[in-house]
Amino acid sequence: MRGRVGKPCPMDLATFLIQCLNALQYGLLLFLVASGLTLIFGIMGVINLAHGSFYMIGAYMAYALAPIVGSTFGGGFFATLFVGLVLSVILGYVLEWVFFSYLYEREHLQQVLMTYGLILVFEELRSLIVGDDVHGVQPPPWLSGTLALGEVMTYPVYRLFISAVCIALALGMYAVLTRTRLGMMIRAGSANREMVQSLGIDISFLYRVVFAAGVAIAVMAGMLAAPVSSVYPGMGNSVLIVCFVVVVIGGIGSIRGALLAAMLIGIVDTFGKVFVPQAAGVGVYLLMALILLWRPQGLFKAA
Amino acid sequence: MDDTRSRLAFVVLAFGALALWPLAAGSYGLDLVTKIMVYAIFALSLELLVGTTGLVCFGQAAFFGIGAYAAVLMSPADAPASALWLLPLAALAAGLYALAVGALSLRTQGVYFIMVTLAFAQMAYYVVHDTPLGGGTDGIYLMMKPTLLGLDLDAPFVIYGVTLGTLAGVFVLLALIKRSPFGRALAGIKANEQRMRATGFSTYPYKLAAFTLSGALAGVAGFLFAVKDGFVNPELMSWHFSGAVLIMIILGGLGHLRGALVGAFAFALLQEFFKSEAIFGAFAKHWHLGLGLTIIASVALLPRGLVGLPAQWKQRLTGRRSAPAVALVEAGHE
Repeated sequence: MRGRVGKPCPMDLATFLIQCLNALQYGLLLFLVASGLTLIFGIMGVINLAHGSFYMIGAYMAYALAPIVGSTFGGGFFATLFVGLVLSVILGYVLEWVFFSYLYEREHLQQVLMTYGLILVFEELRSLIVGDDVHGVQPPPWLSGTLALGEVMTYPVYRLFISAVCIALALGMYAVLTRTRLGMMIRAGSANREMVQSLGIDISFLYRVVFAAGVAIAVMAGMLAAPVSSVYPGMGNSVLIVCFVVVVIGGIGSIRGALLAAMLIGIVDTFGKVFVPQAAGVGVYLLMALILLWRPQGLFKAA
Repeated sequence: MDDTRSRLAFVVLAFGALALWPLAAGSYGLDLVTKIMVYAIFALSLELLVGTTGLVCFGQAAFFGIGAYAAVLMSPADAPASALWLLPLAALAAGLYALAVGALSLRTQGVYFIMVTLAFAQMAYYVVHDTPLGGGTDGIYLMMKPTLLGLDLDAPFVIYGVTLGTLAGVFVLLALIKRSPFGRALAGIKANEQRMRATGFSTYPYKLAAFTLSGALAGVAGFLFAVKDGFVNPELMSWHFSGAVLIMIILGGLGHLRGALVGAFAFALLQEFFKSEAIFGAFAKHWHLGLGLTIIASVALLPRGLVGLPAQWKQRLTGRRSAPAVALVEAGHE
């Protein structure tokens, strides 16, 4: 997620455009991971520290599954994505069933404790299965070209592809949430859990679906980002904190808020690295502190 | 009454064992327990916020780190400083930052509060991480260890004794605070802040005072850590460390000072256990796995933390039905 194109230099139009595209791509990826987090948080009331691990698992899937899928189904980028999607839905469904369904009645801090334990377990399983090396992942050949911007600048097609897929997924999510019966139940659950339950909706099934979907989206984000960011130990943790920032700035449970917050962070982080590289790390957190002091409940309260 | 006595007996026995430990321990054991006692002071500082006041701070490592960096940066390069003024200065630096952070972040509540405290901690982290102020990512060495009344804090026995004394002092201080009107007000804020306001308490100053004191105590722990190790780096302020200390007090049992003590020891000793190559051989490199599984098991088996274990056993033995009511009474909600 972090790799950058373009170097810090006085801005001309092409550089500016490239940085805008970088900000867009980073923000959209953040949005994908954070949207699952904010839904799980808003609807189930679970603070899931292990959500960053799903991003990490996705990236490692992109690295480890590609050869396996290649030898079994004859390969293909989309086949790998599809296998990853299926596996992640199963993973999310089973995890919710085995671990998280016991947490809803517990205090928040018990949830923090358990999901912290899960982070450690996921990281070590990753280390046992795939090892601790940093790996590069190749984008598919038909997406590995570059696009000319201005006279000297180019922009990799794969990054545009990431943004396009993220936008498509975001629109799909929007359609499901606003146009389907399931989406209606999810929105209702986010607004008032007890009421939904007392209206006779099978809340435990709803939880399982939302959790599996959240995991699947985070895994997708990881798989998409792998060719850009490369695959390395601890990549989930760095994403996790930024995603919490997104969720909190946007307002817990609000998808719209998460989108806006993710774009803001994409812009602040990308341009912060260009203009003030010494203090780039602070920018995102400064933004969060300022927004929360202005609006202590985030930009949007749960929709 | 019996309960109070057994709790007191536990604390006295624990401190007695810590006082006798140097007679039995080698240099490794001495250093390890010194480190754990520093963690215990740090955990106690957070317990005042989370367990006593109900404010979950996810940026406690910043105050620890500021105390540690203050100890190193304010030590003169050519002569050993006296801990008599260096320690209060380190605590003051951490406390002032806590005052500023608390004044702003206490405007928010719940999860938002957790995240704002994290944000301020991350800012402190990036200031030492990205600027040459504190040696950047490499960290910085404490060249001349301070002295305390002529004793050299570089000596393992001296730093052990000083840490133990500080731990006991902090423990007693917090125990007294919990019994004072101020502590009662904090407990009231934890139980129901709305009702406290309705009864005429302005809760904000109480919370701010608790936050500032907690930060200063974390700074004391940071000071001891810097003096013990003679080295500080930005990782002392990282969110992983804030998370670890939170895990310690939850594991030990929230709402009890003993919990912070027990949790710090349990967490650090579990780490040492799973890291031990003598027991796990080559698998010791994957020590996170054992630690993680133990933490998950503890959530399932110990809903009230380690200090809640005796009560849990007693309940099971006597087979009392009204378990939730018992839990409420024990937690002091009634």
